[in-house]
Amino acid sequence: MLHETMAALPACPSLPAMTAAFDAETLSSIRRDLLRFARLQLRDDALAEDVVQEAIAGALAGGREFAGRSALKTWVFAILRNKIVDAIRERSRSINVSALSAEEEAMDETFDSLFKPNAHWQPELAPAAWGDPEAALDQEQFWAVFESCLKHLPANTARVFMMREFLEFDTDEVCSELKISTSNCHVILHRARAGLRRCLEQNWFADGGTSC
Amino acid sequence: MLTCKEVTHLLSEGQDRKLTVAERVRLEMHLLMCTGCSNFRKQMDFLRKACRRYIHSLPSGKQD
Repeated sequence: MLHETMAALPACPSLPAMTAAFDAETLSSIRRDLLRFARLQLRDDALAEDVVQEAIAGALAGGREFAGRSALKTWVFAILRNKIVDAIRERSRSINVSALSAEEEAMDETFDSLFKPNAHWQPELAPAAWGDPEAALDQEQFWAVFESCLKHLPANTARVFMMREFLEFDTDEVCSELKISTSNCHVILHRARAGLRRCLEQNWFADGGTSC
Repeated sequence: MLTCKEVTHLLSEGQDRKLTVAERVRLEMHLLMCTGCSNFRKQMDFLRKACRRYIHSLPSGKQD
């Protein structure tokens, strides 16, 4: 089908126009978005720069043609994901993901403080309804809060969470890539979700979610 | 009976593995009676949705 469309095009697609579509400005805006994502994932600005640079270079060097900015970005992003996974894999040899940092211990204490000694919610701290949270998804300001909450997760917690939710690994794959037990994986994901929930609640939904 | 804290763990794990029938029954029984945990469940679902939206809007640049 794609080929039929291509065949229907004039015999000689204008190459200069194609190149011009990805001028410096386009590339730098794609680079900026992907860099933000890579930094969140890797927590290492220099490494993030490297993988994004490689991904963009890889996409352009492939000699593929892209029907516009968004097609190029999708392709670069697919390459970037693989590069991030490789970098995490590489790094997981040298870091101990299951070691608890002080930040992670503090998150657990904060979470525990929401409960009475019998492990039921403290009445005044139990999760309250968020109204219409879906509406937040269309608000630019919400995404700034969302990213800032992600940034506040401790590095190892964030790594596990993002592999699961953003790189869309199965939990089993996350565990085996990072060499942690399944039950530890569940504990870490729970810590991340509970922490993000609390962060969004305090920074976005606290006043009914209408403003920040 | 499950405690609220146990329920939060099951709700999180439910996003990562298939819960057993026994777990689901105990979970649903608890949720019927507990507003805090019901809200927690909705918020976990929302978080998953937000992550999906975040990641799928990134390549197409809708967030620009």
